[in-house]
Amino acid sequence: MNTEFWDIILLKDSTTRTVLAGTGLLGLAAGVVGSFAVLRRRSLVGDAIAHASLPGVCVAYFIVGERNFVALLLGAMAFGLLGAATIAGIRSLTRIKEDAAIGLVLGGFFGLGIVLSTIIQKQSSGNRAGLDSFIFGKAASMVASDSWTIAGVAAVILLTVGVLFKEFRLLCFDREFAAAEGRPVLFLDLLLLALITLCTVAGLPAVGVVLIAALLIIPASAARFWTENLTVMVLISGAIAVLAAVVGTIASAVIPGPPGSLSRGLPTGPCITLAAAVLFLASMFLAPRRGIVADVWRLFSLRRELALQKALTQAIDQGRGPEARP
Amino acid sequence: MTIAEPNTSSADPAVPRATQHHPPGPPTAPAPVAVEVHDVTVAYHRKPVLWDVDVQIPSSRLVAIVGPNGAGKSTLLKAILGLVPLASGTVEIFGRSLRRARSLIAYVPQRESVDWDFPVSALDVVLMGRYGRLGWFRRPGRKDRDAAMAALEKVGMKDLAHRQISQLSGGQQQRVFLARALVQEARLYFMDEPFAGVDAATEKAIVDLLREIRRSGGTVVAVHHDLQTVPEYFDHVLMLNMRLVAAGPTEEVFTTPNLHTTYGGRLTLLDQAAEAVRRSTAPGAPR
Repeated sequence: MNTEFWDIILLKDSTTRTVLAGTGLLGLAAGVVGSFAVLRRRSLVGDAIAHASLPGVCVAYFIVGERNFVALLLGAMAFGLLGAATIAGIRSLTRIKEDAAIGLVLGGFFGLGIVLSTIIQKQSSGNRAGLDSFIFGKAASMVASDSWTIAGVAAVILLTVGVLFKEFRLLCFDREFAAAEGRPVLFLDLLLLALITLCTVAGLPAVGVVLIAALLIIPASAARFWTENLTVMVLISGAIAVLAAVVGTIASAVIPGPPGSLSRGLPTGPCITLAAAVLFLASMFLAPRRGIVADVWRLFSLRRELALQKALTQAIDQGRGPEARP
Repeated sequence: MTIAEPNTSSADPAVPRATQHHPPGPPTAPAPVAVEVHDVTVAYHRKPVLWDVDVQIPSSRLVAIVGPNGAGKSTLLKAILGLVPLASGTVEIFGRSLRRARSLIAYVPQRESVDWDFPVSALDVVLMGRYGRLGWFRRPGRKDRDAAMAALEKVGMKDLAHRQISQLSGGQQQRVFLARALVQEARLYFMDEPFAGVDAATEKAIVDLLREIRRSGGTVVAVHHDLQTVPEYFDHVLMLNMRLVAAGPTEEVFTTPNLHTTYGGRLTLLDQAAEAVRRSTAPGAPR
């Protein structure tokens, strides 16, 4: 156990290196695209997309019959987009509000996914398919080709955001102005949604459907505390997400799981999410200017200053004598 | 529908030949048409909010759209800009389709329509007005930056260019929005309640700006709430209450009977307006 622990920490094992590179790149992509998802108020849609992608994984497995990551990813992508389209459809065709539509799609699709994945696991006794690792994520079950797929997805996401940075900035800040300028806002909105979906499904094996949206939301929200500049926010968000992904992946590998379980370690998704949450809490309290500590400090010094001023005026008034007061 | 080419003005059916060249400032002869709204109806969830509006908006004028809450004032603006689908009708701008007239248009949305805690500076927001001409892949350069700074200076915000937008007052935020419209270098400005919730100094600055736009031949169409200032600020007025009640030069149509029809007998408002009408028609009243 002890040597194994140091092997993982020191990246001696090539599998560990590959898995870490995969989750790290995934974190970077999630942190970057997550910034726009949060600013466009699409974070919960991202969560619904993630949950909605589970039945897609199962359907793809039914069709292909084996754990082929690219096929499962395509299935997840199709169902994730179907979920997003269902939300948009319900919202525009009925009078149900968006939050209810999100909850509806999230629950309905996820329920279907759990039913399908249970059926699959009962069916194929020998080939366990590893579909359960898609629910909470298991980086240990990732193979080298998975990391390459994630690297490709991350490259597509980063390149698109880099090229269309100013378009996304305008879309997120003032969609109506962009539309009045004749920009194709619907296309840009759909593109952003597609990037969110892509990032979500690429993260399924490592983080899982339940918590992948957290990797979009938490680092972006944490980054907002540190800066007033969108470019800097996107970079900080990416950095926080990479850190959380790497720390979470290592933690899930070295902390022993419950005794008797076949797999070593904890599920990766919760570990990564927890690491991100810790970084968020630190940002929320400690960030200069926007953080809570800085806020309280400002209030405190303002009060002290006002009290001092009041005392001074009183002292001056008393010095002048009673007839000077109005 | 005929779409007039920009350089074949003699063939433009919407513009009478004799009135194409007019002196700057509030002219007395009929001006060429900036916006032609033809039988426009707009509905949200099958409930009409604008009903069969048919109006021409002249160019080189300051035009107010007035009417009670829910009268469809913002909706008319959005319908002209193509931001809401038309249930029926057409809109032409300078005799062209909206798509071909986009580069002539600037837009100032309602201030409350955006999140002012967004991580951008005042300068960043003004630069957004240049994105349209930059196209997809180019980034704002020195020239755009200079234009943005010049616009910020014009609205008295140069010193606050690098301030994050949440640290600006309501009036300053409105000035930033106006500066963003200025760098669009348009001929036709649509503004949704530019005077809402601004301080007196900003109101004065905006009025000066509107007059400067008119002086240089531009047209402003603004949703306006404050009936008292309509005769002082605007040359032309559209009175709206789902349907178009009246449209024309302010001194002709901004009358007590028309206000009565538009607002349906809300007395306090009408008293204010009557006062405004009286002042504007009194001899020597400020124009």
